[in-house]
Amino acid sequence: MELPDSDISLNVVNLSLSYADKPALQNITMKIPKQRVTALIGPSGCGKSTLIRCFNRMNDLIDSVSVTGRIELNKLDIHDKNVDVAQLRRQVGMVFQRPNPFPKSIEENVAYGLRLTKEVPKSELESRVEWALKSAALWDEVKDRLKDTALGLSGGQQQRLVIARAIAVQPSVLLLDEPASALDPISTLKIEELIAELKTQYTIAIVTHNMQQAARVSDFTAFLYLGELIEFNNTRTIFTNPRQEKTEDYVSGRYG
Amino acid sequence: METYDRLPIEPGLQRKHSVSIRRWFRSGDPWIWLSATAVGVSIVAVVGLITLIAWKGLAHFWPADVHTIEYHDEWDEYVLVGEIAQRESISRDLYQEFNPSDTELPPGSVRRWMMKTGNRKVNAPDFRWIDVHLIESKIQDPNMVVFERSEWGNAYGTIVELRESGQTIAVDDLWSELKRRVQRASSLRNTSEKLQKRSIDQINYQLERLRLQQRKRELRGNFETADLNTKQSELIQEYELHEQSLREIDEKLQRDQVVIRIANGSESIIELRDIEHLWRPNSMSFLSKFGHYVSTIWNFLTQDSREANTEGGIFPALFGTILMVILMSVLVTPFGVIAAVYLREYARQGTLVRLIRIAVNNLAGVPSIVYGVFGLGFFVYLIGGTIDDLFFEAAKPAPTFGTPGLIWASLTLALLTVPVVIVSTEEGLTRIPSALREGSLALGATKAETLFKVVMPMASPAMLTGVILAIARAAGEVAPLMLVGVVKLAPSLPIDGNFPFLHLDRKFMHLGFHIYDVGFQSPNVDAVRPLVFATALLLILIIIVLNLTAILLRNRLEARYREALQ
Repeated sequence: MELPDSDISLNVVNLSLSYADKPALQNITMKIPKQRVTALIGPSGCGKSTLIRCFNRMNDLIDSVSVTGRIELNKLDIHDKNVDVAQLRRQVGMVFQRPNPFPKSIEENVAYGLRLTKEVPKSELESRVEWALKSAALWDEVKDRLKDTALGLSGGQQQRLVIARAIAVQPSVLLLDEPASALDPISTLKIEELIAELKTQYTIAIVTHNMQQAARVSDFTAFLYLGELIEFNNTRTIFTNPRQEKTEDYVSGRYG
Repeated sequence: METYDRLPIEPGLQRKHSVSIRRWFRSGDPWIWLSATAVGVSIVAVVGLITLIAWKGLAHFWPADVHTIEYHDEWDEYVLVGEIAQRESISRDLYQEFNPSDTELPPGSVRRWMMKTGNRKVNAPDFRWIDVHLIESKIQDPNMVVFERSEWGNAYGTIVELRESGQTIAVDDLWSELKRRVQRASSLRNTSEKLQKRSIDQINYQLERLRLQQRKRELRGNFETADLNTKQSELIQEYELHEQSLREIDEKLQRDQVVIRIANGSESIIELRDIEHLWRPNSMSFLSKFGHYVSTIWNFLTQDSREANTEGGIFPALFGTILMVILMSVLVTPFGVIAAVYLREYARQGTLVRLIRIAVNNLAGVPSIVYGVFGLGFFVYLIGGTIDDLFFEAAKPAPTFGTPGLIWASLTLALLTVPVVIVSTEEGLTRIPSALREGSLALGATKAETLFKVVMPMASPAMLTGVILAIARAAGEVAPLMLVGVVKLAPSLPIDGNFPFLHLDRKFMHLGFHIYDVGFQSPNVDAVRPLVFATALLLILIIIVLNLTAILLRNRLEARYREALQ
């Protein structure tokens, strides 16, 4: 799978990671393409969440983690000592497994990231919030109660709010860590539709347990097993004609 | 065969019985009952205690009827005038042991009354126990007047005559005339007090500042005092003016006297200037008694104490307690919260932090008097002494901050309660879901931004819980305060009209210490007992009010964050 350099968003080279002395990722090398959806699949504990959390350096929060190898975002090494982690995280947004809105109003939740920097003037805040909520397909449902607490929303709405919150700061990459695993089927469907729309503007990496979901939403799929990248290819190839036996066993449901 | 038939039945029955008891125990019901009983006993104890204190303390202010009682014992006959302060029954045996020759004893237990007979100036003691069966007659004279005097306690008697400058005044209605004149005396007294407290105190304060200014200059080798001297002489002139008018008021105050007939039939003279209040309880309606009751309680809350704290109000102690608790909260909250945030959020969780945490927890168990000693040694002598050396050179050798005072008492109590705030804030911080922290960090917030915008607001109910516990502990604490700032009688409040208005260096009065001082350091135990109850009630009420305020505040905050914390 060869891509021209200009189409690569995240370039992972020889990435290894261990918790204390326990290795979690080994020699991962992959190129995540721009404005496409890349799914990370694999059985529980294979390291897919750990990998995705490397992309915005969320693993820095854990003291015992040590990382070797390189990750480049638009050709810049994200581990470079000149890189401001906060700045990096504004470019690489993240949505977690369980919706985690702040105990603030809907409006304040979306504006949270914007208020951290002075980039967006106060007068434009409101329109930016509206834009983010519209992009996350939530505007029509909440436009009359922007001042209400975000905790009053349903789980699916909360998750879309969190996505709105992430895209409000206009990142280039969106990381979705099993974004629909805590949601009901209808909310899941809405999230999947949303992903399809968002990929026209953002590079999306999604971790999922649900293989049908990976098949439905992603353009590329990476299969991880025991901390190693077993196979990375077009989603169609992975699901219909995998090169590795382990991949075939997994996608055909023989283990997982 | 017979025994064989019977045998299996009996053990079976027994087992059935023991099984059902065991099952009852296993079901957990006994523990529910045990807990419920424990809760019930606690509630009854608390409610009972407060009711007892409230009853004993509040009954004191009711204008009790004054009885004129003819009474005899083996030796003599007496007439007693006074209020019934206490009633009790003692056993016959006990009575007969001390009064073997009493032949008139009716059947049943022996009732006794403690009479508050007042008139301490004439016949001490002013409290007497009498045996009810020895009373010959008991009447309530509607003309009996109770005089609450600023010295010597209450006087009871009927009005004989009024005198103005030694001359008897001829009026028909002695009672209204007396009340009118007492009114005049008390308004004169108010003027004189105001003059003393406001104007003269202020001049004294300014004179003292001038003296300090002069001393400061001398220390710097500047002996130029002409400007200070003119100011000083101006102030002294003003002072003399005030003193002149004080003397005039004093002369006016000495004008009137009232002559009363007291219980033993003799006459006694009372200066009208000494009368604080007067009333005729025997001819008061329920409504006017109630009015009197409310105004007495109001006076108790708002007036200074008299007669070495055994009479008058408790305002300075009330004020001192509340001010000290507020200052303590203001000091302890930021200190405890910052310490907890560092321990939980920033410090590397290792052996050292664990040791610190153990030390903080143990600090909460140190006896409070130890804090008092530490506060005296560290805050008062070391820090206070240093402040004096650096900034109050001129006032020396008299200490300014190097002596027990309000700020040191507040700081000592803040130190005493800081573990509570740290522990509960840390608990609050631990409870914030990591998903919310990560959510904030993932949006590009720094750790500090996350802390201030998400974590701290959500932990605020826990912080308030810490402050509530701190207040509850600090408001009732007395032992350390005796070493670092509380006195029996403070000459002035810590807040007044002189710059800088809040005087942190002043000594202050405190309800807890007041209870100890009034109840156990006063010679006239019977007279002050109701005051002890009333003061205790007030202290409890203050703690309850302070706690309730904080609890309400916390509940409102908690309601806002409840869903996010689950």
